[in-house]
Amino acid sequence: MLKRLVLAVAAAALAASPALAQELSGTLKKIKDSGTIVIGHREASVPFSYLDQNQKPTGYSLDLCAKIIEGVKKELKLDKLEVKYIPVNPQTRIPLVANNTVDLECGSTTYNLTRSKQVDYSHITYITGTKLLVKKKSAIREVEDLNGKAIALAQGTTNERAVKAAIEEKKLNVKVLNVKDHNEGFLALETDRVDAYSTDDILLYGLISKAKTPGDYIVTGRFLSYDPYGFMMRRDDSAFRLVVNTVLSDVFRSGEIAKIYDKWFVPMNVPMSETLATAFQVQALPY
Amino acid sequence: MKYNWNWGVLVEDPYLFWLLSGLEYTLLLSLSAWVIAFSLGSAIGVSRTLPLAWPRKLATAYVELFRNVPLLVQMFLWFFVVPELLPADLGRWVKRDMPFPEFWTAVVCLGFYTASRVGEQVRAGIQSIPRGQYIAALATGLGWMQAYRLVLLPLAFRLIVPPMTSEFLNIFKNSSLALTIGVLELTAQSRQIENYTFQGFEAFTAATVLYLVITMIVMLSMRWMESRTRVVGMIGTRR
Repeated sequence: MLKRLVLAVAAAALAASPALAQELSGTLKKIKDSGTIVIGHREASVPFSYLDQNQKPTGYSLDLCAKIIEGVKKELKLDKLEVKYIPVNPQTRIPLVANNTVDLECGSTTYNLTRSKQVDYSHITYITGTKLLVKKKSAIREVEDLNGKAIALAQGTTNERAVKAAIEEKKLNVKVLNVKDHNEGFLALETDRVDAYSTDDILLYGLISKAKTPGDYIVTGRFLSYDPYGFMMRRDDSAFRLVVNTVLSDVFRSGEIAKIYDKWFVPMNVPMSETLATAFQVQALPY
Repeated sequence: MKYNWNWGVLVEDPYLFWLLSGLEYTLLLSLSAWVIAFSLGSAIGVSRTLPLAWPRKLATAYVELFRNVPLLVQMFLWFFVVPELLPADLGRWVKRDMPFPEFWTAVVCLGFYTASRVGEQVRAGIQSIPRGQYIAALATGLGWMQAYRLVLLPLAFRLIVPPMTSEFLNIFKNSSLALTIGVLELTAQSRQIENYTFQGFEAFTAATVLYLVITMIVMLSMRWMESRTRVVGMIGTRR
């Protein structure tokens, strides 16, 4: 009886394994076939995804992605999985994911519904919102104070839209300088070309931490938008998305997330907000 | 590729307006820069062939400097570095009170860069004329200035119409680099449309077509000019 049962199970396993391999499709198949996973990263989104002194991508998002890469490797039963890093910016990140260049974007991308028409997102990995970065000696504290002043905004960010909407709503007269990334926005503020720069508040703290004279700058104002972050991947690929989200749920459930969070945000004096702690708890889905 | 095509965005409000305003900036920027490039470039090119040592050396230094630094780097230097080197008040004016600072910075940068290339074409044009012409002009009693004005330059400028056409086309294409300092020209507006609609492929296709139309118009009108200014018997004509 027992022997027959073992045989049946073995037969079932034999029959099932090729079927399982055939079931692979989309991103998982691409990764298995090429033995390579392509990760998109940012160059100046401190502390999420940026280049360190050795020009290697690093940050909170990349730590989480390292877990995901491990998860993918285990799922596909690969001995070796090569990781290729490709830099992306706000303009290129969506096309590069959509056109199969990048498999997983580990940056600081807001998860919103319009973008979801072109790409899919992982669980939410961080929650922030738009604020202003100004020089301490300036009188600007809220978006209303920008009347008659100049602000730099990074083209292609959700913050650009949030600030422009606020300006329009309050009928303010504000000069907008379009910059291509956070570094250039900060440079424009540093050289007094503009009076303020605006992006997600956590990124603003990141910019201050890298400034030559951090004491001269403050992050100010109320939240002008709600920006939950997620990792982008191709749309309509639920198998890959499930692998990604399983890893994230595991990290959230085991409490490992607290360690990763502390590593990147405690040095910046940004403790985990209650909203974010709740988000992690809610997304720690059970098996 | 997983992508939802939607060509309709191109004619939707406000995206159509954005494209047109981008086209306007591209044309204004390129044409203004061409004014600088052509006049300064001609002066540089002529200086490089003069029998006087100092103007020749200065012009050579100019060409080597502007031709050998990438245009993208030059844009960045003009926009972020030059205002810091100016006296504080003037620097502040350039950064804040000057109307359309991004636009004018881009015009100057693109104009100065292209001038170095135009200068080389002008020099090549002048030097391609047999030296006998210049000597003959002097022998008839003309001074060197008159020889340039009446004999060398009228020929040289006709000779270099084809390579000049390339430079003129390049200035339209190079104007897209102005987006790195915040000028909302055609490429920047296509990006902007992509950012708002995530229909990047449609927006960039539209930009590609518009660039092609501009360059075709330039090419055809330069060809027309070439045939109009041709000196029969002198320059590549079918007699």
